[in-house]
Parts: sequence; C-alpha cells; structure tokens
Amino acid sequence: MGNDNLVEIRDLHKYFKKLEVLKGINMNVRRKDVVCLLGPSGAGKSTLLRCINRLEEPTSGKIFIDGDEITAHGIDLNLMRSEVGMVFQHFNLFPHLTALGNCTLALMKVKKLDKTQARDLGMEMLNQVGLANKAESKPRQLSGGQQQRVAIARALAMDPKLMLFDEPTSALDPELIGEVLDTMISLAEKGMTMIVVTHEMGFARKAASRLCMLDHGVILEDSTPEQIFTAPSHPRTKEFLSKIL
Amino acid sequence: MEAIIYNFFNIEVLLRARYLLWLGLQVTLKLAFLSLLLAILAGLLLAVLRHLNNPVLNVLIIIYVDLFRALPTIVLFMLVYFTWPYFGISLPRYWSAVVALMINGAAYFEEIFRAGIESIDRGQTEAARALGLNFTQTMFSVILPQAVKVVLPPATSNSLELIKTTVLASVIALPELMRQAQQAHGSLASPTPLIAAALIYLVLLWPLVRLTSYLEKTYGK
Amino acid sequence: MNLHDLFYYFFNYKFFILTLPDLLKGLVVTIEIAALSLILGFLWGLVLAVIRVMIKRPENPLVVRLINIPIAIYVDVLRAIPPLVTLVVIYYALPFVNITIPRFWAAVLTFVLILSAFAEEIFRATIEAIDFGQIEAARSLGISYIQSMISVVIPQAFRIALPPLTSRLIAITKDVSMASVIGVADLLKKARAAQSLYANPTPLFSAALLFTLLFLPLVRLSMRLEKKLAE
Repeated sequence: MGNDNLVEIRDLHKYFKKLEVLKGINMNVRRKDVVCLLGPSGAGKSTLLRCINRLEEPTSGKIFIDGDEITAHGIDLNLMRSEVGMVFQHFNLFPHLTALGNCTLALMKVKKLDKTQARDLGMEMLNQVGLANKAESKPRQLSGGQQQRVAIARALAMDPKLMLFDEPTSALDPELIGEVLDTMISLAEKGMTMIVVTHEMGFARKAASRLCMLDHGVILEDSTPEQIFTAPSHPRTKEFLSKIL
Repeated sequence: MEAIIYNFFNIEVLLRARYLLWLGLQVTLKLAFLSLLLAILAGLLLAVLRHLNNPVLNVLIIIYVDLFRALPTIVLFMLVYFTWPYFGISLPRYWSAVVALMINGAAYFEEIFRAGIESIDRGQTEAARALGLNFTQTMFSVILPQAVKVVLPPATSNSLELIKTTVLASVIALPELMRQAQQAHGSLASPTPLIAAALIYLVLLWPLVRLTSYLEKTYGK
Repeated sequence: MNLHDLFYYFFNYKFFILTLPDLLKGLVVTIEIAALSLILGFLWGLVLAVIRVMIKRPENPLVVRLINIPIAIYVDVLRAIPPLVTLVVIYYALPFVNITIPRFWAAVLTFVLILSAFAEEIFRATIEAIDFGQIEAARSLGISYIQSMISVVIPQAFRIALPPLTSRLIAITKDVSMASVIGVADLLKKARAAQSLYANPTPLFSAALLFTLLFLPLVRLSMRLEKKLAE
C-alpha cells in the first residue's frame, strides 16, 4: 500500500453483458499527478474513469483510493464519492437550482454543513473559477463554458482528494473551451490530483504529468507527455497520434 | 319550457331537498380529498420504489398497476365492499370507498410519476451520486423537483378523474352527493335534485377542467 | 378463512359453470354498448372538432364565431360532470319532460356524448397544432377548405391524436359497466344478480376476471402505441 499512490488499480476487468471493455487494467496514480487518458473511442477510457468512483461497477479487480479498497464489500459508497470529484461531458448541472445552489446542495446534505457555511464555501469556489457574479443565475442563463466551470466549482466545493474529468470540453463550442481548460490548468498547478479523459492535446502537453494510452480495453503506453509525443513505442499509439495531431 | 322549469328547476323541491344535498356534498368532498391524497402518496411511493430497479419488486408493482388499470373501478368498489367481509375484513361503506379509490388511483398515479421520473436525464442522477448523495437525497433534492413540471398536467387531469369517480360510491349506497340526490328524487318525485346535483358537480369540477386544459397547453408535449 | 372456504366462496367451480352462460350474455351487452359508444362518440367528436376549427377562423363574421360558445359549453359540461350523473339524469330526469329513452340507448347516448366531448378537445388541439400553411398550400392548388381538411389535416391529426385518444377510449369502455346502475343487463348487473341469488361471490369474481381479461390487453396495447408514436 504505497502512501505515494493516491489511486491504485489492480487487474481491473469490466464486462458489459458479453463484451469485455476493460481487459485487466493496472495503473497507479501518485498524489499531484495529472493523468490524461487518451485513445480512440470505444477504448474504455470513460468506463475506466467511471469505475474509479464506481458509477460503473467493476466486474473484477481491485481499486484503492488513498489506501482504502473501494471495491470491497460494504464500504460507504456515498462517503467515498464525496471525496472524489467528477466533472461530466454534459455538465449535468441541476437546472432547478442556481449556480450557488448547485455547489451547496451536497455540502448541506452530505457534509452536513449549515446553510451559512455552505454558502460561504460555495461562493469561495465560484470565485476560484471566476464566476462569483453568476452565483444566483440558473444554469440555462449561462454559456456552456460557464456551466462547466460551475460544475467544476461544485465538485471542488466537496474538497476532494481526486478529480475525475470525463471529456470536459467535448460538448463545448470551440471558443468556450479555453476558459474551461484554463480553470483545469490552474487547478493542476495548485497540486490537485487529476485524471482526465480528453482529446485536447494542447492541454495534455501543457498540464499533464503523465499520459496513458488506451486501446480496446488495454493500456498500451503509460509515460510522460514528452516521451509519448516524441517517441511513442507502440505502433497503435503512433497511428492514433498521427490521426489527431 | 315551463315543463322544464317546473320539473328540473323547481324551487320548492330544491328547498326541501337542500339539507340532503348539503350532507351529500360534505361526504363527497371528504371522500374526494382523502382518497386523492392517499392515492397520490401511494402512487408516488410505488414510483419511487420502482426506481430502485429491484427485479422482484418491479414485477409486483407492474402486476398491481396493470391489474388495477384494467379492472373497472365500479367493479373494484363492489369487490371491496361485498367480498372482503368473506375474508374477515368488513369495512364500513365510507372506508370501502376510500380503499377502492386509493387502490385504483395509485395505479394511475404510479404511471404518471414513473413517466415523470424517467423523463429526467440520467446524467442528473449520476452527478448527484458522484457528489456523494444517497438514493433518497438524490430522489427528493434532485429528481423529483424537476419531475414536478413534467408531472403536473397529467396529475391534475387524473385528480379530476378521481374526484369524478367518487360518484361510484353511490352503488355501494354511500350517502354521497348523487345518492342523496337520488333519494330526494325518489321521495319528492321530482328530478330537480338530480339536476341540482349535476350543477353542483359542474361548479366543483369545471375549474379543474379548465386548469387541466391550460396546463396541458402550457406544459404539454 | 381456510383454503376450502376460499374455493367454496371465490373460485367455486360449480357456480362458475352455472353462471357463466348468463355472465357471457351480459358481457355481450357490455361490448355492444361499448362498441356503439366508441364509434359514434369518436365520429361525433371529430365532426365537432372540425366544425369548431372552421368556425373559429378570424375571417368569419362574429355571428358565426359566436357559435363556438355553445359548443365550448357542451364540451366543458360533459367533461366536468361525472359520467354516472349524466347517465342518471338522462335516464331518470328526461322522462319528466316527455323524453323517455330505453335503458340500453340511454347508456349509449350518455357515453356517445361524453366521448364526443373528450374527443373534440383532443382532435381540436391536434388540428390546431398542425401547420396551417399546409391548408394554404392545398387551397392555392384550388382544393376547397373542406377538401383540404379531409385529405391533408385529418390524416395527420389522427396519428398525433391517437395515444391520448386511446387511453380515453379505454376509460370510457370501463365506464360502460355503470349502465348496470340504471338496470341494463350488462356483465356487472348479471354478476350482482347471480351473487344475490346464490349468496356466493364467485360470480362477481368471475365478472372481475372477465373484465380484466378484456381490458388488460387493451391497456398494454395502448401503452405500446403511446410509446411508439412518441418517437
């Protein structure tokens, strides 16, 4: 149980009915690592990410977060999830709540903060993503980029050990992508451990400490961005990179 | 014309029947209110339970819902009132009516709430769970508040139907409005009480009819 | 209540067989009333909807447009008053002004009127929802308003109106058992008569069973229809 590793994944398999989507994943994520998961669609990147907070149930294998086995029987799933933040491709903001309301809901229900504490914390988070002035706006009044930043604030408000990003910019118009990536970069610079599924190579180059290349449910390569971009070892990696760069 | 007024709108008869009609109205209102409340709560409970996705529970709920939407309510009234005593459950008329209306109503409300819950994007549940909210918190703080808008038109329409169905209690001789009107009609040999009852129902329910139309137009498909 | 009692009272084979022919006769009557009511009510509702849409056109003189009001009243009244009340009024009150209708037809009339009101609302909403540019296009080709209504709008209205209409049709069909209250010899009346006669609730259960068998497939069918047409 390495204390250096925030996340350990051991021999993770995932089947959807008869289809094996993850074929024995082994992976460690150290504290403050920013890991980008790359690969063609259908490779299993999102599935892997969602297994980490058990939104998808692993079929077999073990996952450890900060030394605790989260795939064990009888663990408090809700507690675990409150310590792992997730940002979704389609934001999934709660439309009936304001931006601030989105941030404070879980603070009050899960962390049992009182209304004032929750509001203060929520405002601080919105401030961090630069949207304090939109605290009382409803999601439909915000642009896509703003919505996603609120979603990041919502996840950050829970003070997570780890942040998971599932294609955070794929649903955004091009001109709005920058503001979200900037937010993610500043988060990385502050030392947050992040696992990001993305196609944004610029971000990967700039902010990632590690790149993981997935294809057909298997990790092909796992090393630094420089290594992978300049000298990829696996032929399929070369193929994939040539297509998107 | 005079015949119509004499027979249908006879003031004298109306005055003599007014107490009976008033009693009937009270019973109808109590029955409607209580049954509606219970049916909505039961339907909501069933819909939430169904969302747990437990296969055994789901089969039971589906059987219940299909059965009681297929069985005519009037038959249900009679089954509850006339046959349950054989099982040792002898409910007085009022409670038989409440039970029958609740059983029938809950089946319809379950379907309405279920459609509402299922219309909410799965991503909402995922985001809530990812934050650490449990099933109940997710249901009541995230899903149901959003489902209300979707559910309002059919729920109002169904509530209207349930209130209209209270009239069936007359077949098990519960002294609700129409039964009292029939009694008055019998003893006073004039159809005026019947017309009066019809008009009272009209006054009571017409606003709901208009409300339903408005809601369906505003929030409808 | 033990198992033996259960079978004696509720699933009594002897009584079941004894009462079955009578019950089936009653079922036939139920189906007759339902079929007549559905078809006539459906058609009459459609006619009313078309008339109402045609009347409401702004280019019509005010007098014509005022005809909308009695139709609106008709529709609202029949949708607000509980069916049983309408039935009782038609059968018991009308004779006092010399309009005596035999029970079977009183029942049919009641359900035709009620269904027509619901159907009118549904059809009218769908017709109004259909793009009137289509009627203009048809008319610019020389087709009359009525003809364009018939060949262009109504076929489309059908498809959209069908799901809400089907559930209403099923509801009305279930309501038909109310006819037993004014003495029509339908399934429910026969069942109750048999129960009184033999002091055994089996006929009532048999009737319940028959009703369920009749309606369950209809309910499921309408659900499937709704789902398919929602796409």
